[in-house]
Amino acid sequence: MKALIIDDSSSMRMLLGRILDDLGVQHAQAGDGREALQVLENDGPFDFALVDWQMPVMDGLEFVRAVREHLPREAIQLVMVTSVNQIESIVEALGAGADEYIMKPFTKDALQEKLALLGIELGP
Amino acid sequence: MPLNRIEFDYLRNLVRERSAIVLDDSKEYLVEMRLMSLARLEGYDSVDELSRNLRGKPYGALHAQVVDAMTTNETSFFRDLHPFETFKRELVPEILKRNEASRTINIWCAACSSGQEPYTLAMLLHDGFPQLRSGWRVNLLGGDLSQEMLRRARQGLFSQLEVNRGLPAPLLVKYFQKDGASWQVKEEVRAMIQFHELNLAGAWPHLPSMDFVFLRNVLIYFDIEMKRQILRKVRGVLKPDGLLFLGGAETTLNIDESWERVQSGKTVYYRIRRDA
Ligand SMILES: C[S@@+](CC[C@H](N)C(=O)[O-])C[C@H]1O[C@@H](n2cnc3c(N)ncnc32)[C@H](O)[C@@H]1O
Repeated sequence: MKALIIDDSSSMRMLLGRILDDLGVQHAQAGDGREALQVLENDGPFDFALVDWQMPVMDGLEFVRAVREHLPREAIQLVMVTSVNQIESIVEALGAGADEYIMKPFTKDALQEKLALLGIELGP
Repeated sequence: MPLNRIEFDYLRNLVRERSAIVLDDSKEYLVEMRLMSLARLEGYDSVDELSRNLRGKPYGALHAQVVDAMTTNETSFFRDLHPFETFKRELVPEILKRNEASRTINIWCAACSSGQEPYTLAMLLHDGFPQLRSGWRVNLLGGDLSQEMLRRARQGLFSQLEVNRGLPAPLLVKYFQKDGASWQVKEEVRAMIQFHELNLAGAWPHLPSMDFVFLRNVLIYFDIEMKRQILRKVRGVLKPDGLLFLGGAETTLNIDESWERVQSGKTVYYRIRRDA
């Protein structure tokens, strides 16, 4: 199992990285959507990505759109992990091709449960 | 500050008498922790003092609050996920066929806490089985001992942390509206559920014969004799071919042998043995 963490905050990348370590998931990181597309191309495939919304250069929504445009749907599962918490935004992200949506702040359990919804069973 | 032994014994007897919840010696810290804020709120300096005051009085609202505070209400939407997947994939299609004549489905969540379990079922049925909306009657009941939990369940108001847990995002946006920092279940789904106060250890109200009973993560708090009594009463409210769901750590085995265990993938449910 391999995941890509995309967030412009290094402390958030570290936190997510630690959670994924706990769950036994390998991971790579990117600080914005553009960089993430690079990593995806060079180090892929990944099973899923955790995608922040608000980032410089290319934001999470644009990243989701780009991935869905260029790769087949089953290539990767995309989970938005963001403090954006308006219904319209969640609808927009799902419409763009995100598979799940988690609002910050969240717990490890919440992440694990959301991944389980996508058929990704991790941990004990 | 540890509880006075006499007060701890008084409090745990009170809780057991009114809810059947067993608090062994290792739960002293839990009693202290859970009751401290109630004690302060009521103007007492300590849980001991609260207890001494309660002891002298006939059972009343404050006693009920103590019992309420000692219930564990941990729950989440789609808790454990796979029982709900099995329910949707296998059991609902089956019941749609079996109950074609009556066009009625009766479901009871017997200890539903703040409502996530019945709301999960309501959303799943509404979203996955649109045919139920015309000509079918779905009776979805949610019971609990805790008045505070029932109040929350009826409101259908959940925090962001609660909707983050286990709830698929497409269902969140379809069935909730934002109310400040909270999320409220929409009226169309709230209207599908009737909540009622119930003590599993006491006399049960008259209930319709159930196709499904969800009795999850509550038997663990009771002693074996009480578990046996409750399981026997569940047999009385289930239809002969009705199904029972228990929590992941619960079983009928070695408690009530009138049940047959059925396994489908990871999901375990129970039905009444034909020869029982
Ligand atoms: C851990 S919650 C389980 C909620 C839900 N069924 C689930 O599995 O997520 C246990 C619930 O049982 C309720 N409870 C405890 N004793 C009870 C009793 N004697 N009668 C009815 N409900 C009781 C508590 O108030 C609490 O809400």
